[in-house]
Amino acid sequence: MMGMRGGAQNIGAHHTQKKIDTKAVVKKMARRFAPDKKRLLLAVSFGIASTIFAAVAPKLLGDAINVIFDGVVGSKMHNLVAACHGSKVCVEAVLKKSGNAQIASIVSAFPSIPKGIDFTNLYRLLTLTIGLYVANSFLSLGQSYVMAGVAQRATALLRRDVEEKLGRLPLSYFDSKSHGDTMSRVANDIDNISTVVQQGLSQLLTSILGIVVFLIVMIIISPFLALVAVITVPLALLSAKRIAKSSQGLFVSQWKHTGQINGHIEESYSGHQLIRAFGATERSKETFDQYNERLYQASYKAQFLSGIVQPMMQFFSNLNFVLIAVVGGYRAAQGAIAFGTVVAFTQYARQFTMPMTQIASQINLLQSGIASADRVFELLEAGEETPIPTSGALNKSLKGRIELRGVSFSYNKETPLIEDLNVVVEAGEQLAIVGPTGAGKTTLVNLLMRFYEIDSGEILIDGVPYSELGRDEVRTAYAMVLQDSWLFDGTIRENIAYGTDDKSSDIVEAAKSARADAFVRTLSHGYETAVTEMGTSLSAGQRQLLTIARAIVANPPILILDEATSNVDSRTEMLLQEAMATIRNGRTSFIIAHRLSTIRSANHIIVMREGRIVEYGNHESLLAANGYYKELYESQYA
Amino acid sequence: MLGSLLLRFARPYRKLIITVLLVVTIQTVGNLYLPNLNAELINNGIVSGKLSKIISIGIEMLALTVGIGAIAATGVLYASKASMGIGKDLRAAIFEKVSAFSEDDIAEFSTAALITMNTNDVSQIQLFAQVALTMMIMAPIMAVGGVIMAMRENAKLSLVIAVVVPIMAAIVITMVRLAVPGFNQIQRKIDKLNLILREQITGVRVVRAFRKVPFEESRFNDANQSLAKTALYVNRIFAFSMPSLMLVLNGSTIAVVYFGSHLISSGSMPVGNLVAFITYITQIFFSVMMSVFVIVMMPRAISCADRISKVLAREAHVRNADTTLPLPLRANIALEGISFGYEGSEEPVINDLTLAIPFGKTTAVIGGTGSGKSTLVKLLVRSYDPTSGSISFSGQDIRDVELDELWSRIALTPQTSYLFKGSLRYNLTIGRVDATDEEIFNALEIAQAMSFVEGLEGGLDYQVDQGGTNFSGGQRQRLAIARALVSDREILIFDDCFSALDATTDRKLRSALRERVANKTVVLISQRISTIRDAHQIVVLEDGRLVGVGVHDDLVQSCEPYREIVASQESTEATL
Repeated sequence: MMGMRGGAQNIGAHHTQKKIDTKAVVKKMARRFAPDKKRLLLAVSFGIASTIFAAVAPKLLGDAINVIFDGVVGSKMHNLVAACHGSKVCVEAVLKKSGNAQIASIVSAFPSIPKGIDFTNLYRLLTLTIGLYVANSFLSLGQSYVMAGVAQRATALLRRDVEEKLGRLPLSYFDSKSHGDTMSRVANDIDNISTVVQQGLSQLLTSILGIVVFLIVMIIISPFLALVAVITVPLALLSAKRIAKSSQGLFVSQWKHTGQINGHIEESYSGHQLIRAFGATERSKETFDQYNERLYQASYKAQFLSGIVQPMMQFFSNLNFVLIAVVGGYRAAQGAIAFGTVVAFTQYARQFTMPMTQIASQINLLQSGIASADRVFELLEAGEETPIPTSGALNKSLKGRIELRGVSFSYNKETPLIEDLNVVVEAGEQLAIVGPTGAGKTTLVNLLMRFYEIDSGEILIDGVPYSELGRDEVRTAYAMVLQDSWLFDGTIRENIAYGTDDKSSDIVEAAKSARADAFVRTLSHGYETAVTEMGTSLSAGQRQLLTIARAIVANPPILILDEATSNVDSRTEMLLQEAMATIRNGRTSFIIAHRLSTIRSANHIIVMREGRIVEYGNHESLLAANGYYKELYESQYA
Repeated sequence: MLGSLLLRFARPYRKLIITVLLVVTIQTVGNLYLPNLNAELINNGIVSGKLSKIISIGIEMLALTVGIGAIAATGVLYASKASMGIGKDLRAAIFEKVSAFSEDDIAEFSTAALITMNTNDVSQIQLFAQVALTMMIMAPIMAVGGVIMAMRENAKLSLVIAVVVPIMAAIVITMVRLAVPGFNQIQRKIDKLNLILREQITGVRVVRAFRKVPFEESRFNDANQSLAKTALYVNRIFAFSMPSLMLVLNGSTIAVVYFGSHLISSGSMPVGNLVAFITYITQIFFSVMMSVFVIVMMPRAISCADRISKVLAREAHVRNADTTLPLPLRANIALEGISFGYEGSEEPVINDLTLAIPFGKTTAVIGGTGSGKSTLVKLLVRSYDPTSGSISFSGQDIRDVELDELWSRIALTPQTSYLFKGSLRYNLTIGRVDATDEEIFNALEIAQAMSFVEGLEGGLDYQVDQGGTNFSGGQRQRLAIARALVSDREILIFDDCFSALDATTDRKLRSALRERVANKTVVLISQRISTIRDAHQIVVLEDGRLVGVGVHDDLVQSCEPYREIVASQESTEATL
């Protein structure tokens, strides 16, 4: 559709591993959560409370078990206690004498020797524990519930921002990038981010809280042993970091290749008929297999690295345990520490390393999210069209006079296309662009519609320079019919109505003018037939008639007809020419046609060749000039 | 569906998977043994203050963990290879299947949905396979081990487990039941989002020209909001699941202590058993947590598997017969009484058409928009099969011929010339990989494309953008024609592909083409009399019916619709 672009850039073929600025990506991601600060804070508070409850509950349960244990010990010594008349000192002494030093030490801890299990106290403790568990469950429910909202809102916002971004990207972005890859960024990468945020953020939060809570508990119990317990932390962190670093590269490659394969799939399904008809299925499959293999290599390695985090962290957890046991045992043997403390400490150390393992796993999962986020941010940060505010400088009742004043343009600097072009098209006049195939005729359309900005010079509409107008302001003046008849997933009525914002406009009337009404009426649901329902049954010519109706309904002062009638048979074309003549009446029009017959009466004719304008005039003056136009003309009607 | 799909695609990896299962079993048993060492270290080491014992058991523990770690790493490696391999094969299977689809099959599923399935849905399944492989074996072993050990400690107390397990199962089943429809919707909504996105990208010029960016944004946002709503619903269901399961499990621990205390008090259970029992309950608890992790991923994987299974199970409308016969060379093509109507439209597009297309001659087809010209081409290349009647090559019905063989005889240049991302050479040799540069240049020469190809940086290595957007419509058409010529097939079909060419190029091209196609069957669809006037045979179609066959001069005499077309085109030329 666009004119040639010499040496167009080839995107997506580079295989060099991109390095991600993790900090920047995380920061950008964090900034996206800022609007939900309050909810996030709420979730954190829920998380803190539930973690504290979760830490206290086992302690109470332990107390309850101690009550049972004590009761059992007490009841076993029933006779002994009776013999000692309830004296604790007496019982201890008897026990020590009989060689039960261990039991004696237990007894010494009793305030008084229980007769059996103290059920009142036990029920009290159990009720308290169950209360804590209920509270814990509700709090963690609250946390997940709120986090689900935060995660989904963030994801929806991200998708919305990407969508809005697509509206601001210059046309050159879409012309040069693989469509499937752009789609993959929205469908696959944002989906991945959503999963990571949903699962990861919540768990990461609880895990960090868990670490803090248990660290505090450990410090309270024994600052010395707490110091021993954290010795392995840097080691564990270092290893986790190393793994995360390598896995990030693999995740980057995984999502990059997902985009690539999506690109290939999108393209292959778009050109499906052709691939089949040329028997190129095998070849397309070969390319697919290459991408697929690369994706497989990256994903299984990434999965492997993520998977070994847990066993690795388990090793550190055990190392930690043994260290505490050795150092604590040594100190206990010296009498510097009660061995009960060491035993309790080992249990807390276990609970301390569990969230560590989770964090390490989550950090690794985050790498996948970061790789995806980077791809999404890359799209969000792609160079935009410079925003031009709507100025209101354009008169509401536009006449449609167009002037090109010293316009120069090229797609890239090395091959200048249009240089110092001066054309004036008065309101209601016709300008035709002719030239052999591929002469760059659509380039002019790109400039008039402001799909691309000119390098120098000025285009004026009703005397107002483009540079003083917003892009949409310029476009209100135009309706165009393009060679590729694009319709969207909606009914025929909606597709024709696409041309206007005016709800009252007569769709059927426009369809009649475009000669589309007759075939639309034969469809089972008439104007309410969905375009996709018909799939392939809408012929190219019929599609084009609909796009013409769409332009008619837009009712603009200026028309652009880009090879518009190439798919319509000559009889239909004649009818269309009539319709066009009617709507062209009083409108400025730019026509790109291959049949010189259709533009013979145009006020202005621009003759293009190899991307450049070679002649300019009207039919008579150009024939008289005896130049390229004449050559074209004669070849056509000779 | 998920189960059968996974079983089918897991087959090539069964050795890996069996190894994973073995390795994970060893790992789990090792993990179950660790607490024993742990207890021993406390009891025989710390409590009795024997430093040497602490160190020796400590070393034993570390050695065991290193061993378990190494085994676990092997398990993870194989599990990753197997699950990602399943994903790879699934992607390839879908791609292959869709490649064999007819156009109406694709339209039925929608291109956007097929793209989503091929990447997004497959990732859900491979991720599920990965998690399931490592956890699904570990969790039951731990749970069963836990239950057995718990029962050995005290059978009566194990009744608690008998009560708790059905409650947990009920919670999990309810959760999955509620979530599956949600996930079905999620995948469909992702399709919708993809569809809109794809339309916006391919139609970016129209969208901008009609200043419909805000309209498109609102269309996208509706789909986006709707997706977010469903995703939120599903995630909130899961938000309920974990806390409620935790509550049940914690509650069961308390129940164990409560009932245990009475059992102990009555002397029917030693106190040590209670502590052990709690350890095992915790272990069962841990395994349930792991299975929940798998179960959380299951509903989405199930819905993805259903969609994929539907695609894989779909027999393409047009497909090879069970036994295929050879296609005769240099065949005369005969269409006998063929009719065809697209699904959903009442009127047939082709109506009882009988036509002979002789070998080595040029047959031109002309007719109004919607007269069935392009449909005729689609029937010839078997994009569709006629609803009634038959198409045969020298008497051989093409439905009994291998599709690839049919296609290997035909070079099609479709109405809309699509070029692929890749080098120009790649695009031109798509029908015949071994074409030499000389042959390619020769084809370009005939297609009148040499002039602009010469000027391209890198010549045949010049990179084509997707869809060929870095070429103009006319350039694309000429490249498409060159592509057909390079493929050197005995039947050439040009489906209205000269339309974007200016008259000069059109004329030059046709005269250059004439020699090249001397011994080939050419089917030329066009709307321009000038393009077809020299054809050996001109077929005039009107509303899917044959209204005239013959050479130009005869038709002008005998065929009224043809005369009208000629008149309409002459009139535009006459006004010159």
